[in-house]
Amino acid sequence: MKTISVFDIIGPNMIGPSSSHTAGALRIAHLARNMVKGEVASVKFILYGSFAQTYKGHGTDKALVAGMLGLSTEDHRIKDSLELARKNGLEYSFEPNMLEKVDHPNTVNILILDDKGETTQVKGISIGGGRAVIQEINGVEINFSGEYHTVIIYHKDLPGVVANITKVLSDHNINIAFMKLYRETRGSIAYSIIEADEPINEEAVNKIENLPNVEKAMLIEKF
Amino acid sequence: MNMVKDFISGEELILICRERDIDISRAMAERECLVFEMTQQEVWSKMERAWHIMKDSATAALKTDLKSMGGLIGGEARKIKERGEQGGNHVCGRVIAKAISYAMGVLEVNASMGLIVAAPTAGSSGVIPGTFLSVMEEMNFSDEDMIRALFNAGAIGYLIALNATVSGAEGGCQSEVGSASAMAASAITELMGGSPRQCLSAASSALSNILGLVCDPVGGLVEAPCQQRNAMGVANALISAEIALSGINNIVPFDEMVNVMYQVGTSLPSELRETAKGGMAIAPSACSRCIDYN
Repeated sequence: MKTISVFDIIGPNMIGPSSSHTAGALRIAHLARNMVKGEVASVKFILYGSFAQTYKGHGTDKALVAGMLGLSTEDHRIKDSLELARKNGLEYSFEPNMLEKVDHPNTVNILILDDKGETTQVKGISIGGGRAVIQEINGVEINFSGEYHTVIIYHKDLPGVVANITKVLSDHNINIAFMKLYRETRGSIAYSIIEADEPINEEAVNKIENLPNVEKAMLIEKF
Repeated sequence: MNMVKDFISGEELILICRERDIDISRAMAERECLVFEMTQQEVWSKMERAWHIMKDSATAALKTDLKSMGGLIGGEARKIKERGEQGGNHVCGRVIAKAISYAMGVLEVNASMGLIVAAPTAGSSGVIPGTFLSVMEEMNFSDEDMIRALFNAGAIGYLIALNATVSGAEGGCQSEVGSASAMAASAITELMGGSPRQCLSAASSALSNILGLVCDPVGGLVEAPCQQRNAMGVANALISAEIALSGINNIVPFDEMVNVMYQVGTSLPSELRETAKGGMAIAPSACSRCIDYN
């Protein structure tokens, strides 16, 4: 269990009204945004459970768009995020889905279309206290919180790839806190999610991306 | 001199305070420095920022009209203040009248997408600022006194979060406004010169007074009855502090009371734990007041 700080109790400092339906929702969208390489052209938010039922009253819609625009949970512009999105040419839509049963009452599925025409699907849950967990990317089940500096690597599921990745991190003196490996099916695309205590520098991420059999390496700053 | 160790119960906390002859606030601040490898200055600055946001959130509703997202609250803080200004006698006394005006104001800010400090949650974010600001003004404490007191409040909230819950979905409003109330009760007790044991007694009393308190949010929002429950939380904190400072202990000590609160909370049916399927949330008048968005 994560060690509790006094600032987990007197905090977070946040735009209201709800740490789960506002701050946590923004967090999911912010993390999803950082999992996309290009610029976001349009985004669709599919809301389930409690999110679907109360998203307007809780400002969940504004919070999700704010997160997609890169705002922090304390930003006073969250309230006006929809206008801000329109000004920035970001297209957005919301689809409440109250029929489909989900495991967690605060679930959102985000479909992002970037300026290169690529789609990324990210599913996340808001677990309370402003915290969130990303549970799925492009149909593959994963699990990370964004509370550590994270690098997500898309690579072929072949022997040696992971060893090369950890060698690069080791060369850059980066201590791995958590490491998880997921794959769609054996021998196809795999995702390595590495969480570190210290910031992971761009140079290390670029080196990883240039390794054989690595397709993409995304740096997700601790948020 | 030994640095304070980490603590996981009220009893351990009291031992540390006794060994080192320090207050709960100091023990909690030192724990933060130790466990998270931060300097005293960093920790203090962070808490100072939280205090300033709390103060702003408590007074904003008195300055501008704030309409909530769900349309259920807005203008309450001002009404309480204006009654006093127009010569109305505060039947609950000035300290409480001021405190509930501030507390209710924070909920107006929260519900209109303003900046607040979750303490411990957004739904209970009015209790500590309301109690603290009123006591500060009425009893001439300084910002430094109040920032220090926030560490005391944080210690109580930390013990509740660790050993029970601060989530309404798990333990009902007991766990949110109840916890905030216990946090404020303990902090005010220290502020007024009470000992660590008296602080924990105040927190225990505050919890004992709200056992069984349900979470029944109208429309599933953080507006009603949350706003008035925060007012109740303020009053509960102040009376619990008064009782403890008078040398009256609760028959059940803090650690046991936290467990009692947890047991009571988890035996509440889910309809009364933040699902809006019971309590006031299904009262006819409440349902009809909700603006239908979907």
